[in-house]
Parts: sequence; C-alpha cells; structure tokens
Amino acid sequence: MAPDEKREERFKRWLSADIKFSSPEAEKGYKDRVTRVTKAFQLKVPDRVPCFLPAANFAAHFAGTNLHKVMYDVEELKLAWRKFLHEIGDMDTYTPPFLIPSGKALEVLDYKLYKWPGHGLPIKTSSYQCVEAEYMKADEYDDLIRDPSNFWLRTYLPRVFGVFEPLRDIPPFTSIEEIAIGSFVSYAEPEVQTTFKALVEAGRESKKWSEASSEVGNEALELGYPSVMAGLAKAPFDTLGDTLRGTQGIMMDMFQRPDKLHEAMERITALAIEATKRPEDFSGPPVVMMPLHKGADGFMSGKQFETFYWPTLKKVIMAMVDDGIMPMLFAEGSYNTRLEIVKELPKGSVAWYFDQTDMVRAKEILGDKACIVGNVPTSLLLTGTPKEVKEHCRKLIEACGKGGGYILAGGANIDEGNPDNLRAMMEAAKEYSVYK
Amino acid sequence: MAGDLVNLLADLKENEVMALVKQRLDAGEDPIKILDDSRKGMGIVGQRFADGEYFLPELVFSGELLKQVTEMVKPHLTKAVETKRLGKVVIGTVAGDIHDIGLNIVDFMLDVNGFEVYNLGVDVSAEAFVAKVKETGAPIVGLSGFLTPAFDAMKETVEAIEAAGLRSKMKIMIGGGQMDDEVRKYAKADAYGKDAMAAVALAKKWVGAS
Repeated sequence: MAPDEKREERFKRWLSADIKFSSPEAEKGYKDRVTRVTKAFQLKVPDRVPCFLPAANFAAHFAGTNLHKVMYDVEELKLAWRKFLHEIGDMDTYTPPFLIPSGKALEVLDYKLYKWPGHGLPIKTSSYQCVEAEYMKADEYDDLIRDPSNFWLRTYLPRVFGVFEPLRDIPPFTSIEEIAIGSFVSYAEPEVQTTFKALVEAGRESKKWSEASSEVGNEALELGYPSVMAGLAKAPFDTLGDTLRGTQGIMMDMFQRPDKLHEAMERITALAIEATKRPEDFSGPPVVMMPLHKGADGFMSGKQFETFYWPTLKKVIMAMVDDGIMPMLFAEGSYNTRLEIVKELPKGSVAWYFDQTDMVRAKEILGDKACIVGNVPTSLLLTGTPKEVKEHCRKLIEACGKGGGYILAGGANIDEGNPDNLRAMMEAAKEYSVYK
Repeated sequence: MAGDLVNLLADLKENEVMALVKQRLDAGEDPIKILDDSRKGMGIVGQRFADGEYFLPELVFSGELLKQVTEMVKPHLTKAVETKRLGKVVIGTVAGDIHDIGLNIVDFMLDVNGFEVYNLGVDVSAEAFVAKVKETGAPIVGLSGFLTPAFDAMKETVEAIEAAGLRSKMKIMIGGGQMDDEVRKYAKADAYGKDAMAAVALAKKWVGAS
C-alpha cells in the first residue's frame, strides 16, 4: 500500500475501534469527534473546526489537588482526571494522564535528569522540569556510534539514574555467546542485585500509574471522547541536544566535531525510526506527537537548521509517514523562518502544531500542504478573561479556518488557571467555526 | 596585529585565535591589551547576533573561545583588570523554573554591551533577588522564566522587591519562553523584552546610555 492509503486505513481503524460505548449517544459522539479531527488532519472540511484543549496537567489544578499529589497518590490521580472528564463539559478530545509519572518510581531509580514538585522543585510547582547537563562527554561520540545500547547501559543510564551505577560492571550482553559459564557471575554481586530490586520496584510503581491512565482513558473512550496521541517521538538533534550533550555541548560540537555529530544523529535516527513503528492493526489514533526544541527561530540560523536539524528529523518524519502514521510536529517557540523549508513534506502527511508562530503566515505557506494547529497564547489563557480568550479564538478561526485543515488549540499546555477559559475555547469553536 | 585578534575572534577561528594569543604572550605583550582585544571581538559577535547574522551556536562557541583565551592569559596578569561599565544588572530565572538558555543569552549580550551582570542562575527565590539588589545597588533587575509557573513567581518577586522598599529606585524587565506583555502587566514589571537585544535596549535606556 502507498503511504496515503496506509494512513487512510489507520484513520478508518481509529474510527471503527472496538470500544464498549456507554450509550448510543456516546458512540455517535466518538464517531463525530474522530471524523471531525480526521478531516482536519486530512485537509478536508469537517462540520466545524475541531478544538484541542491545552490541558496537560490542568486536571490536577481543576480538581483542587496538585502535580505533586497526583505523582504520589494514584487514587488522587484518577479522581482528578475523572473530575475533569465529567465536569469540563463537551470537548473534542481528551488526554488521559499518561504523562504523569509515579514520583516514587523516580525516587527509587534515583532519577537525576528531572526535578519535580517536592523533589528539587517547590511542592506547589505545576510542572516537572529537565535538568540540562553534559550527560554525554564530547569524547564519547565514538562509544555511542559503535554501540548505542551499550553506551546507554554503561554510560548514560548510570549518569541519569543513580541506581544504574553498579551495572557499569556487568559484561556487555553481546559478549554472551557460547555456553554461559562466567557470563552471569557479576549478578551475584550485592550492589547489582540492589539495582535489580530497585528496577522491580520502579516497574511495579510505574505500572500502577500506567494502569490508572488506561483506566481513565478507557472511561473517556466509552463516553465518546477520543485521545489524539499514540505516543511521542523526538528530532535526533534534540535527543542529543536535550538530554545527552546539552545545548551548550551540542552547539560546541557544531563547530568542533560536526562530522561526529552527524554520524551520531544518523545512528539515533535509526533507533528513533524503530521506536515509532506501530502494528498494522493498531486502532488508536494514528498520530505521534513530536515536540521540537532546538531548531526553533533564534536557536540556529536557517543554514544550520538545514544542515544540522532538518535532515535527520525529516528521515524520522518520513519513516512514520511511510508507515501511515501522522506526525504532529509541535514547534515550540516560533517557526516563522522555517516555514519555507518544512513545506517540502508531502501534502497531508503531517500536522504542524504551532506555539508562537504567526498563524496567518503559516496558513499562507503551509495551508494547502499540512493541517495547522494552534495557538491561543498561554499567557492569555492564564491571565485573560473568558471573553478575551473567546475573541482571540474567533480571530484565529477567521485567519486559519478557511477551507479546513485547521485545529484550534493552545500555544502550549496550561497547568493552572480559570477552567472557563478552556470552556471559552470550545464555545468559540462551536459558535464561530461551522463550515457551511 | 591587534585588529587581527579582534576579527579572528569575531569570525570564530579557534586555532588562529589561540595561536595568535600564544604568539603575543610569548612576545611579552601586556596581557591586558589581549583581553581588551578579546572584548572587542566579543562585541562584534554580539553585534552580529543582534543583526541576525549569528545565532545561539555562535554565542556559545565564542564564549568558549573567550574562556580559552582568558585561561591562557590569566597566569600573565599582574594586576586586576578594570573595565568601565555602563551599570549593574541583576538577572536570574525565577523560583520554580530551572531553564537558563535564554537567561545566559541575556547575560552574554548585556555583558558585551558594557553592563556589569550579576547572574543568579536558575530557581532564584524572591529573597535572593532582593538580597542581591541590596548588596550591589543594581538599579535594574531582569527576571527570566520559561514555563507558565514563572508567571506567579515573577509577580511574587516584584512584590518582594516592593516590600523591601526598593521598587521606586529600580526598573524590572521580564522575558523568556511563555512571557509576553500580558505577563508583564500581571507581574507588574516595567517592561517585557522579547529577546536579548530588547534587554540591552531597555537596560541602556534605563541607565541613560542609549
């Protein structure tokens, strides 16, 4: 099958997913919502502009609890997300709490890459945050390129999870070939066993959170609310720049060891592509979200974007496209100077989710090539009135809604604020965006 | 010769810069002059960044070159370096936010444009801002933030400066990720700057240097 046909098939499977709906109305609601979103993605004209509510961790605030509590109390997590599901009112999509980790699991692993409320951040903070550092040294490129798995196990993981430290001493798995005589001796070491005990415990804890997310997600589906993301993927430049070399490190590498950087990105590209594969009979949303970081306007020149950022990102994107998966490219910051470059992707194969990009220009340049999504400013959602939010939505719909291929959304997610501002977005979509 | 170092640094020619610095030190030249030239070179880097010719990678790399030059020169210094400064600015990322890419660009640009910058780093409490302002007497504070929780932290920091009786003597600017003029109003700061160049322009205006 051609990529377009595969994608078409996947969208159909999403529409006809096997769900035990709570009522015929719920079933109709699900079909209407999936159809609305699918048409927008496919650059067709839906009944009206769909709306993604920018509410990642908002449910916690909405339910009067906070991120810290829902990271440590799974019942509190379910309560909060259910309350949001049942009380916010009609919405086009629903995001289950799959991005909320178990705080205890992270503690057990001695996780150092992130800080979260109550663990390095004030308890009332509404987000967890990445601690950027040089977790991979400049002279370790060859190790990564030669054998990424071994590099991860022996070098990267011990640096970001304290509990992995003793695993530096176990022999590489690839050294296990013939009859196993000495291969497992190091597993008798008490420190190594401590690691495995911690992994088991972290697994048990994480599972509770993942089951809670499925439970709430299924409840939403039964009520007719689809989620719109099947997973996450990253640009290879960001994988290296965010959590391995760090911004400082990777930008030095662009000057001091560009060849190694390119080689490492190619290696990571292959791994990223492997991770995006979905089975053919997958019936969830055929959409993978790609948060894009270090290729934004201002982070690098257009030439650097075309040399360092875009080529490997494009490979990951095209691998998904060939598999019938639609990447939703979340361009954090702004992408005004990138629009002319990224428009080369095949028509209708991706969606662009913009944070602060000029939507009028985006519609002009990308409008006939890709669905565009966005971008009520988070500052307005947090500090404005429902009336102001609704008015901003009206303007966005006017500027971007023409001919379909547009989804109303926030610039980025909000974790706090007035729930009526979210309701105002839904109202705007319903009042101002009906296609005639 | 002197012009060479300025331009080589501005053009980010790592090997040539280091070779020339070594050569000049070996020739017994006053290390202060080498540092002056480096500063001029960095000034050109800052200008090219402001003009949209250079981007973040060039800033990062030029910073690394300057570090290397300074390390080479340091053992030869016999007296402290004195540079005339336009004024003091205290900057930092507000409490509950640990992002510093934008903060460091502002630090760089204020520095190459002649300001004495006190960079308090990330997750800076309102009290720490107040203490630093008291200690340095800086008339300008720059609050950085990337995420939405920074909205409240900025507001609280401005309030703490007010409560310490310092507000009327100073100017406060904000910037970063999800910040904009709406947030400026919410936090009751004096100005929002959309990028590091705006931060420089504001600081210059406030010290009467523009």
